[in-house]
Amino acid sequence: MKKTVKILSLVLSLILAATCVFSLAGCNKEPEAPADEFMVGFIFLHDENSTYDKNFIVAAEAACQELGVKYVMKKNIPETAECQEAAEDLVDQGCDIIFADSFGHESYMIEAAKEYPEVQFCHATGTRAHTEGLENYSNAFASIYQGRYLAGIAAGMKLKEMIAAGKFTAEEAKMGYVGAFTYAEVISGYTSFYLGAKSVCPTVTMDVQFTGSWYDEAAEKEAATALINAGCKLISQHADSMGAPTACENAGIPNVSYNGSTQAACPNTFIVSSRIDWTPYFKHIIDCVKNGKDIEDDWTGTLETGSVVLTDVNTAVAAEGTVEAIADARAKLISGEIHVFDTAKENFITQGGAPLVSALADVDTDASGEIIKDTEAISDGYFHESEYRSAPYFDIQIDGINLLNTKF
Amino acid sequence: MSNSATKKREPLFHIIKRPAIPMWQSLLIRAGAILAALIVAGVITYFFTGLNPISVYTTMIEGAIGTEKRIWNLLQGIALLLCVSLAVTPAFKMKFWNIGAEGQALMGGLASALCMILLSDKLSGGMLMLVMIVTSIVLGAVWALLPAIFKAKWNTNETLFTLMMNYIAMQIVSYFSYKYSVPKGSGSIGIINSSSKLGWFPSILDQKYLLNIIIVTVLTVLLYVYLKHSKHGYEISVVGESENTAKYIGINVKKVIIRTMLLSGAICGIAGLLMVAGTDHTIATGTVGGRGFTAIMVSWLAKFNPIMMFLTSFLIVFLEKGAIAISSEFDLNSSFSDIITGIIIFFIIGSEFFINYSIKFRESEKEGKNK
Repeated sequence: MKKTVKILSLVLSLILAATCVFSLAGCNKEPEAPADEFMVGFIFLHDENSTYDKNFIVAAEAACQELGVKYVMKKNIPETAECQEAAEDLVDQGCDIIFADSFGHESYMIEAAKEYPEVQFCHATGTRAHTEGLENYSNAFASIYQGRYLAGIAAGMKLKEMIAAGKFTAEEAKMGYVGAFTYAEVISGYTSFYLGAKSVCPTVTMDVQFTGSWYDEAAEKEAATALINAGCKLISQHADSMGAPTACENAGIPNVSYNGSTQAACPNTFIVSSRIDWTPYFKHIIDCVKNGKDIEDDWTGTLETGSVVLTDVNTAVAAEGTVEAIADARAKLISGEIHVFDTAKENFITQGGAPLVSALADVDTDASGEIIKDTEAISDGYFHESEYRSAPYFDIQIDGINLLNTKF
Repeated sequence: MSNSATKKREPLFHIIKRPAIPMWQSLLIRAGAILAALIVAGVITYFFTGLNPISVYTTMIEGAIGTEKRIWNLLQGIALLLCVSLAVTPAFKMKFWNIGAEGQALMGGLASALCMILLSDKLSGGMLMLVMIVTSIVLGAVWALLPAIFKAKWNTNETLFTLMMNYIAMQIVSYFSYKYSVPKGSGSIGIINSSSKLGWFPSILDQKYLLNIIIVTVLTVLLYVYLKHSKHGYEISVVGESENTAKYIGINVKKVIIRTMLLSGAICGIAGLLMVAGTDHTIATGTVGGRGFTAIMVSWLAKFNPIMMFLTSFLIVFLEKGAIAISSEFDLNSSFSDIITGIIIFFIIGSEFFINYSIKFRESEKEGKNK
């Protein structure tokens, strides 16, 4: 015990000494940011080594630097009570807006929002802002299904080119998709990708393999390889790891990527990739809070706001005319001339051969975790995705898409 | 020539086991190690980042104890890590390498979370808490009991066995976190009972973590007394020193192994309870967050002394919290703070070597001849 006390006192005196030295050295340093200076706090699940978080970090820096706003970032914050602790600490540091980037952060952000009504809390990918009824808590997402649809067009054109070259028949045109869970965000993603391809190549079908994890490089690679062995001619994926793109590059199968270009690692198979650019969103919330405007419960970034973007097309792999076809469809999506989930178009979205006329969607998240379908989403001839809340809710199984495993 | 042929060649230096050295000397060595670590880490910081090492250290200290809330969070972090470390200690003292604390705590936490999900509308608040406590302890203990029985009966390798049990626990938790996810299919349960707060530890004096801290403090003292001053504690150290001696003096070794692992698992179960009911209010595969493995280091560094373990877990949690502050203040990748933490821990472990051994250099040729 004596030893313990002595060690403790030694450690403490060392710490004290260091503090003293600093406080002397720090005399002429600028004082910490005064409480009234505008500041944004960010909470990230990982750091730049994760493509998912990097996408947010880069956008946050860009938005804050452009608007000349001070910011603090906390990285590697797990989806536990540590998220709430981090948010509280950011409040103490004087942040006016606090943002978190991971789905599992949501319930801790809501707790923090209840605790500090004077601070604005924003959360990407969450679903509960419009039902919680908190003034200072909001969700955001982007209409990434539009981006996936455009990427799907590139896939369809590649398939058509391969059919024309006599590599396989039109009936054999099958794509493979590596998904995480059978969750609306994933279903909406692969369905819009499929529809994009189908809009160009009507005979296309698709197999989907789930991994049961949002990030598992080995499982994703394995799933992609299994799909390739099952006869898939082109692969796309939801996840951020290099698993599926690498499997494609090894097998020489074209790949449509997600969350950024994989061209450097896969020059012979990468076609194009869609991603969400969060910069417009961050600029929007900073503008709102600075000028005393309300932030909507759900903010959905679109092609128009510059939130949904595509990387450059890898012309070495993509079919001829891909760039033009994407630009054309993009313009039509923005003008409203075409819709991704177009239920009026013949032989496009069907279930058991019959056209889809009605679809109830689970827009309001229920505390029990049960899926209670509460909102009719089809009207005016199309499914209104990401309009009743920002996070996707399209979760319908349609003809042409074959789920290989639904255990997740 | 003939002279040197007969002379045995002596290496440059010898390493000699030291007899027990006086307290002040060992303290001096430890303090020197920390100082050396800070200097080396400072030099490395300066050369790789060009930052002033003192301001980096200050940021670390600020980040860990800069505000009242940070001090509470630090104490909470210590409490959770210390609780798991207390759990592994009796087993380690017995030289039973329980590296399954991660899984045992996870199972304890899972029991609490499942009670909160399934029983909140069936039981009163107090009854629910009681059921949570009992099931957490039982499930944690069962997870430790299985490898203990196999070790006692068939002498299986407990290191591999307890390690495997971690993965099974993780898979079970990931099954349930998918089954009860909100919204369904997302794979994340989110905070359970966020409005009713059923099954949550109450705040004491307006501090939500105070109860955790009190429970772990009491556990620390109890375990210290158990290991140092009880018959069970004595039996554990005898089995740890030599199983044959234990058998010779009439200790039932199998019984001690099973009993000690039950205790180890039960404390892990309590740790799981603290993490779920007292902290996260949900369960996920990351709930224990690697503490089951960090605890091994905490326990070893403190030489299995529960009171000393407070210091070692303080050191580790302090460095962790400081690391987050460094990466946000200086925009350094978190790997950089891992490097600093690594250097400090390396020096501290290294200092143990100089406490236990001394280095004798070869006497010079001249002196040898004079002899």
